[in-house]
Amino acid sequence: MMNEHTAKAFDADLLDLTQKVAEMGGMAEKLIADSVEALARRDIELAKRVVAGDAAIDALQHDTEEKAVLTIARRQPMAIDLRDVVGALRVSNDLERIGDLAKNIAKRVTALNGDFHPQKLIRGVEHMATLVLGQLKRVLDAYAGRDLTSALAVWKGDEQIDAMCTSLFRELLTYMMEDPRNITFCIHLMFCAKNIERMGDHATNIAETVYYMVEGRAIADPRPKGDTTSFASMQAS
Amino acid sequence: MNSMVQVKHSEAVGAAPGIGVKPKVIARDVNVYYGEKHALKSVDLDVPERSVTALIGPSGCGKSTFLRCINRMNDTIPIARVTGKIEIDERDIYDPTLDVVQLRARVGMVFQKPNPFPKSIYENVAYGPKIHGFARSKAELDEIVTTSLQKAGLFEEVKDRLNESGTSLSGGQQQRLCIARAIAVSPEVILMDEPCSALDPIATAKIEELMDELRANFTIIIVTHSMQQAARVSQRTAFFHLGILVEEGATETMFTTPRDRRTQDYITGRFG
Ligand SMILES: Nc1ncnc2c1ncn2[C@@H]1O[C@H](COP(=O)(O)OP(=O)(O)O)[C@@H](O)[C@H]1O
Ligand SMILES: [Mg+2]
Repeated sequence: MMNEHTAKAFDADLLDLTQKVAEMGGMAEKLIADSVEALARRDIELAKRVVAGDAAIDALQHDTEEKAVLTIARRQPMAIDLRDVVGALRVSNDLERIGDLAKNIAKRVTALNGDFHPQKLIRGVEHMATLVLGQLKRVLDAYAGRDLTSALAVWKGDEQIDAMCTSLFRELLTYMMEDPRNITFCIHLMFCAKNIERMGDHATNIAETVYYMVEGRAIADPRPKGDTTSFASMQAS
Repeated sequence: MNSMVQVKHSEAVGAAPGIGVKPKVIARDVNVYYGEKHALKSVDLDVPERSVTALIGPSGCGKSTFLRCINRMNDTIPIARVTGKIEIDERDIYDPTLDVVQLRARVGMVFQKPNPFPKSIYENVAYGPKIHGFARSKAELDEIVTTSLQKAGLFEEVKDRLNESGTSLSGGQQQRLCIARAIAVSPEVILMDEPCSALDPIATAKIEELMDELRANFTIIIVTHSMQQAARVSQRTAFFHLGILVEEGATETMFTTPRDRRTQDYITGRFG
């Protein structure tokens, strides 16, 4: 770990930023888990709590940003300290976006009130969410410990989530083609899956930020790209 | 498969740092002793032409000592002994046949405390060109004084009172007068030893702005205690510690991703 600053209050500022981000991380994890549970159980009360929880994470992100700007103005951080502050800004941004995506999922819960609820599809979405949660947990630990190895593992792990999303899309398409009455539900579920896939992308962003904080440069090789959902589907091989 | 090998760290190769342009000043294995004290230890540095190089480091690390090697000011300190090689435009400046007075005209210096002569503003600037015989007539001398004051960003403020004493100016103006005085003899290199540490923030900003303009025509080496100033004005930064040149590189790299732990500790304020 680093030596202490001559100005001790600077260390306290940086620590405070890291702790705020960690707190946001815990909130984001809970929002992901709750939003998918609300979806699976069609629990409207839980969905409402997710929407409220998103407001809280927004507020904390705002706080973190203010604190970061103040730290820059007050301490004029250089080198690793500057990357620390910039890192906190970027990570808090990604966590805030994860909150938004969880809220989007929660909002769809009320719309899913038909009879058609194939458990297999729901399980697929849940499984994706479990993977993303694992990625987020791991990357938050990497952030707290400035751990390159874990950050890189998360960065590479996103491929799997993208692949799952693509296969889920194909499956949803078959249901929609089978019976047009399934379309509404399937479209909602498709958006939910896409939201979860986007959460995975934010976890990847955080991994990139951790790498930048430690190394002072971007991850060099091109990111593995498994997600072909944007034009997937129809050209399935 | 692309078989090309991309060399990313050009700096890692060879003894001379990869500064990309022709170096104006080259220092090799420069040592300075004050009596028994070994104040500067085997310094190697390339200073690129027409740019600002900042020397940073804690007090007493040898920044001023190094600066004084470049115009042989250490010659004036009886106990000082300099070894190694310093070249300007590939010419050894410690060559015994070299004219030191001419060298000091080519390498101007600006000090921490503005030190105008107790003479008129005009005389302050005209003095150097006069003793070096740069002007053949009063008209030519007037011309040199005017353009030097203009380049130093002072002319508009003093054009109506060129006969007033240089010491009647504000601190910031005095420092710009000293810069005009240095410029008047058409130097190629300008050394500045903490030129802003006695100035307020506005006067400092004016000098920094001036340095940015001057680097189009001059090679500037500045010692500064302000990390922010080094980051703002320089293209290259060299960090000294305990008489050693620890690390040198592009300023943007030095202040974002320094390689050496000691540099990192210093610029982030972790030095005890
Ligand atoms: N004229 C001198 N006589 C004896 N020692 C000196 C003299 N000038 C500098 N030193 C010593 O050399 C070291 C480097 O000083 P200096 O170059 O002035 O450092 P800096 O400019 O980085 O503060 C210090 O230990 C200082 O005490
Ligand atoms: Mg000094």
